[in-house]
Amino acid sequence: MSATSSSEGASPGATAPESRSWTLRLRQAIDRHLPMDHLLPDRQPYYVGSWVYVFGVVTIAALAWVIASGVVLSFMGPQWWHDSRVGRFFNSLHFWSVQLFFIFMVLHLWGQYFMAGWRSGRAATWMIGVIIFGISILTAFTGYLSQQNFASQFVAINAKDAMNGAGIGAFFSVLNFGQMYGLHVMLLPIGITILVVAHIVMVRTRGVVKPIDPEGGARP
Amino acid sequence: MDTPAAYFHWGFILISVPNLIVIGGMIVLFAIALIAPFPHGGEEGDDVGNK
Repeated sequence: MSATSSSEGASPGATAPESRSWTLRLRQAIDRHLPMDHLLPDRQPYYVGSWVYVFGVVTIAALAWVIASGVVLSFMGPQWWHDSRVGRFFNSLHFWSVQLFFIFMVLHLWGQYFMAGWRSGRAATWMIGVIIFGISILTAFTGYLSQQNFASQFVAINAKDAMNGAGIGAFFSVLNFGQMYGLHVMLLPIGITILVVAHIVMVRTRGVVKPIDPEGGARP
Repeated sequence: MDTPAAYFHWGFILISVPNLIVIGGMIVLFAIALIAPFPHGGEEGDDVGNK
């Protein structure tokens, strides 16, 4: 957004000569597609004034608590989270923030489903949301397997047959604690975080979808 | 806590009471979000951020 940006002042139809500098091309593309007044807006359309639009941001808040409590748990280890009072508190904080994360993610899903949030070029935003939902279920499942207690052993042994029956037991072994723990604390959270950032940027780029029938007339 | 949950059984529907309470609570919360008035601070917004 600097005053010296070469992309500013050009007419929309004009094609600027292609720069050889990839940093310049990247900066121009960001200026074109992700202007700051869209990324950090201070005003919203009138129809955003509903509690339904709050579910998404509450989901993100819950995810922040999930990640923060998970970082503490992974740093301190299973003996701490089972045997100490503070450890059990953080264990509970992690568990209950996950419950809120899923509850508000599903409420956000209902809201977006009934307002057909995939309209007007927002299909990719919707599909990334679906993928986040799927990965979140897998992350929660590997979390149950990472508790290091009898419940996690019960889940692992009962799930093993299902995974074998589905044909994925050889490379996704629920009895392999190291694999489940590694997936739970590293790969899957990183995937969710990257996709959530992409999801938010896409929402901010295009804005919130308009209501289906705002004036009682034709669909927009 | 170590006892099995009670189950609600109605025709082909079979669901544990804790799950039923959570889903019922979510439906109630969704309905409240649709009905409850949203506080408006300051002026009405325009179409910023809405391509």
